[in-house]
Amino acid sequence: MKRLIIRKKSRKNFITYGVVVAAFIVLASVVSAGAMPSALQGLLVPMCAYIIAAISLNLTVGVLGELSLGHAGFMSVGAFCGATAAMALNGAGVPDWARMAAAVAVGALLAAVAGVVVGVPVLRLRGDYLAIVTLAFGEIIKTVVTNLYVGKDPAGLRVGFLNPDIGLGKGGMMIVNGPNGISGITKISTLTAGFVIILLCLIIIFNLVDSRSGRAIMALRDNRIAAESVGINATQYKLMAFVISAAMAGAAGALYALSQNTVTANKFDFNTSILILVFVVLGGLGNMLGSIVAATVLYILPETWLRQFSDYRMLIYAVVLILMMLITNNAKIRIWMGKLLPHKKEKEGEAHV
Amino acid sequence: MALFLLYPINITLRRGTRWKRGKRGAGSVRGFAPYAESGGGAPGQPEAKLEVVSLSLVNNLINGVSLGSVYAIIALGYTMVYGIAKMLNFAHGDVIMVGAYICFFICSDFGMSPILGILAAVLVCTLLGVLIEQLAYKPLRQVTSLAVLITAIGVSYFLQNAAQLMWTSNPRIFPAIFGSGGIQLIGDLTIPYKTLVTIGACLVIMAGLILFTGKTRTGKAMRACSEDKDAAQLMGINVNRTISITFAIGSALAAVAGVLLCSAYPKLIPTTGSMPGIKAFTAAVFGGIGSIPGAFLGGILLGVIEIFSSAYLSTELANAIVFLVLIVILLVKPTGLLGKKVSEKV
Repeated sequence: MKRLIIRKKSRKNFITYGVVVAAFIVLASVVSAGAMPSALQGLLVPMCAYIIAAISLNLTVGVLGELSLGHAGFMSVGAFCGATAAMALNGAGVPDWARMAAAVAVGALLAAVAGVVVGVPVLRLRGDYLAIVTLAFGEIIKTVVTNLYVGKDPAGLRVGFLNPDIGLGKGGMMIVNGPNGISGITKISTLTAGFVIILLCLIIIFNLVDSRSGRAIMALRDNRIAAESVGINATQYKLMAFVISAAMAGAAGALYALSQNTVTANKFDFNTSILILVFVVLGGLGNMLGSIVAATVLYILPETWLRQFSDYRMLIYAVVLILMMLITNNAKIRIWMGKLLPHKKEKEGEAHV
Repeated sequence: MALFLLYPINITLRRGTRWKRGKRGAGSVRGFAPYAESGGGAPGQPEAKLEVVSLSLVNNLINGVSLGSVYAIIALGYTMVYGIAKMLNFAHGDVIMVGAYICFFICSDFGMSPILGILAAVLVCTLLGVLIEQLAYKPLRQVTSLAVLITAIGVSYFLQNAAQLMWTSNPRIFPAIFGSGGIQLIGDLTIPYKTLVTIGACLVIMAGLILFTGKTRTGKAMRACSEDKDAAQLMGINVNRTISITFAIGSALAAVAGVLLCSAYPKLIPTTGSMPGIKAFTAAVFGGIGSIPGAFLGGILLGVIEIFSSAYLSTELANAIVFLVLIVILLVKPTGLLGKKVSEKV
């Protein structure tokens, strides 16, 4: 029985991997054949970044069961640290792909640090408090980045806060310029890199969810008091999921920043957090493939074919959020779905035997 | 009005006013003598500088209490809804915005009296609040708080974007419906009418709510529902109706808060309400959620902290400091200043 469950789970995971790999092969071949319009081509890497952000938020909301409203804050940390690292390495004789990898690693690492700093106090709270405090942290991160000045000169990196005059020496270059953010980024992130990071994140999340720690995390989600009573350390496991999620969001931020010319702190505000939340909720809480599909569709559609409806975009997202919650929590619809599902499961069972 | 005539005097005395206790002279108010009479300006003296500092301190304090009163009124709405429905009504801040817009249209576009504008705003917001509750929150009474919270965020976004489509995102300048004058207190210290109205409204609303929840039948039903919904139902209280009434009161307060907020900060855009809404929730948590005096205390303290940090530390960091206060409070005393500790049951 246990084996059956595991096999079924891993089959579901392999479907997700398969879909991602197939999508990548199709996209890469279309791009290399030159059949893709360049406007759409420019959206592919940001799309990967949003997919990574969505699956990382799904780890917090769907698997850990805590609502984080400051996810864009971690993306911001990753974006600014990653882009700074990439620009600091510029001209040091490092190949582009290595700079890109270094940027993503730095972004993920520092976002993880931010995740620990935020998570240690925040995860002691529950439910609504946690949501509002993550929101507060998102705003704090935005304020801090808006007032941050980083420059590079031959002596190394110089950092200033609130004060644009950071004493750059000769041959110095401003990297992070306060409210103007980072400009003049060389676009070095590629579709392949985005795809590799998506796969890495999926592997990490699936292995975490199927592990002992993952089961502990989900037990905390389903009933915290019961889970604690059997000796699960709530803070430790919550922090584990939260920090992994933050690190992935940081990687997404770095990937995103390196696909743009200019990045400002305002790009990663509360609206972005909500946008990612819409991807997660629409794709299904805890369902990684759902998040990937939702992020892809909801990112590409409004930017391409539904341009003329762009005014209504956020309004529609809001309605989608409300309706999803009302429908999935409606008792009648649940019973109706329940009648459909076991039937399907029986068939699957027969196929196995 | 006689007070209007006093206003120009106020300006002539602006530079280097000194208050001296116990020395009553001509033109002094309540034992404080203006510096201008004895010293005649005295520029550059450290003593004069100190007085300017203390004057700006008092001014900032008044501004802080005024802003805090607005936060307190919003926080009262939050805390009542949270206490009874056990949900964070994210859309509360956007109801504020709707109220401010309604009042703006009545007063500015139709040129009617501000009182009519406030009444219309209260009416529309009350209906809106009940409508939101019936359509979006009522079907989700029995489900997890995560689902309710996501719905509330959806409602908040819906209101913001609907307002943007209907009224565009061009900022409107809210009219000065309480007049532009003020009452001169001491020397050149003037309190604008809008500040007085704001602080007065806050005190009246808080006192009214304490009496309402303490004395009336409906108020007692509210307290019963916040204590234990099932037991309240067994006692014959219509829980759904009580929750609807709570939303109605909360939204009416939001409308009042919207008008007061915009008469102090006249720039009105569809996202006007969201930041004050979040800060007011911070205030409610600060004072202890579910407690009416707590919301008042938290609101005032938060307003003072915000104005002081933007005056003496950094304007850019004011919001960050307010949120930092929230985090510190939640870590040190998660129940807030006046909150009760509720143990969790399985």
